[in-house]
Amino acid sequence: MCTTCGCSDHSRPRLTDLETGLIIPLDDHDEHSHAFDHGHDHHGDGHDHSHHHSHQTTKISLETAVLAKNDRLAERNRNWLAGRDILALNLVSSPGAGKTSLLERTISDLAGVLPLSVIEGDQETLNDAERIRATGCRVVQINTGTGCHLDAGMLARSLDQLNPPPGSVVLIENVGNLVCPALFDLGEHAKVVIVSVTEGDDKPLKYPHMFRAGSVVILNKIDLLPYVLFDESRFLDHVRQVNPALRVLRLSAIRGDGLSEWYRWLCTQSTERSRPNSAVPQHEEETESSKSRPTPVRPA
Amino acid sequence: MHELAIAQEIVAIVSDCAAGARVTRVVLEVGKLAAVLPDAVQFCFELCVEGTSLEGASLVIIETPGLARCRECGGNVPLVRPFGRCECGGTDLEWLSGEQLKIKEFEVV
Repeated sequence: MCTTCGCSDHSRPRLTDLETGLIIPLDDHDEHSHAFDHGHDHHGDGHDHSHHHSHQTTKISLETAVLAKNDRLAERNRNWLAGRDILALNLVSSPGAGKTSLLERTISDLAGVLPLSVIEGDQETLNDAERIRATGCRVVQINTGTGCHLDAGMLARSLDQLNPPPGSVVLIENVGNLVCPALFDLGEHAKVVIVSVTEGDDKPLKYPHMFRAGSVVILNKIDLLPYVLFDESRFLDHVRQVNPALRVLRLSAIRGDGLSEWYRWLCTQSTERSRPNSAVPQHEEETESSKSRPTPVRPA
Repeated sequence: MHELAIAQEIVAIVSDCAAGARVTRVVLEVGKLAAVLPDAVQFCFELCVEGTSLEGASLVIIETPGLARCRECGGNVPLVRPFGRCECGGTDLEWLSGEQLKIKEFEVV
């Protein structure tokens, strides 16, 4: 194990292409963010001090943003995506909020409406990527190993491998974590925060950075509201305290409630971002007033 | 625990700029609203410097207070958390300060 950063042969970030089986290590020491000399062979008895024992120090002003490199890479991703009219959304939540279930449902409901592909982020396993692949959707998996979030460099490598077609939508499922992913810009169009009613209505106050960073929040698993202690009005009040501009979409990815609004939001983002005249799909839960919208493309 | 990634980045940036010189001190500015725990950065920094030109260097963290302007009344609102309420009751706040996360300077011998 590398004593400098704790990365090891068994836990370094890697990218897996589910289609080809190709595995690419993302943490080679020659391109690692700490790619400088931290050799392991100079801690022995013969530690040779070659420097002068001078007490003179030189102060060097730097004024450099710590995340400047990530932000530069994120900007490059943003330009790359914009140049191909690709909409990229960063799905963030705590573990178990239902990101993968929502993706599965979205992929199946929007088949033929929006060309979608997925980048799956997790510390370990290919479980979620396998679930996405089972829907027939193109997917690559990033395993961050000990890392707790995706960064812009990982997204760049994933986009290279995924090679999404122009005008398509890339859904990025970030590592289940409401803290760290808030800080790392990937170059995405928007962060979609997913919260489930089983998690408690105080999540916005507990994890305010994420709710501040998000453009929309999905309140998932509303079918469970009768069985859990979750005060929806208190949740909405907490959302407004942290980010008054945040839009809230209520849905149940399993039962299907509220999915139409989510699909409409998704299609609107895609239309604004890329192509004109995107069809907006319907769903069984549609209200009478919205049934005059374009014909659903959802498979029978 | 993004502080580990941040500490790695600090060591990488300073090490690069120091170009082989031994670094004895790094001064980091962390805003109160930057979503970064200074203690965690300090802890990770000590791990990350091992075997580098920063080994043994001290990390001095300057914490900058959070400040926002209320979009409703224009008043200043000091912030200790990444949200708050103005005296006028407004919660729509424009952050003015407190998001800094930057290496201000370092010392070499």
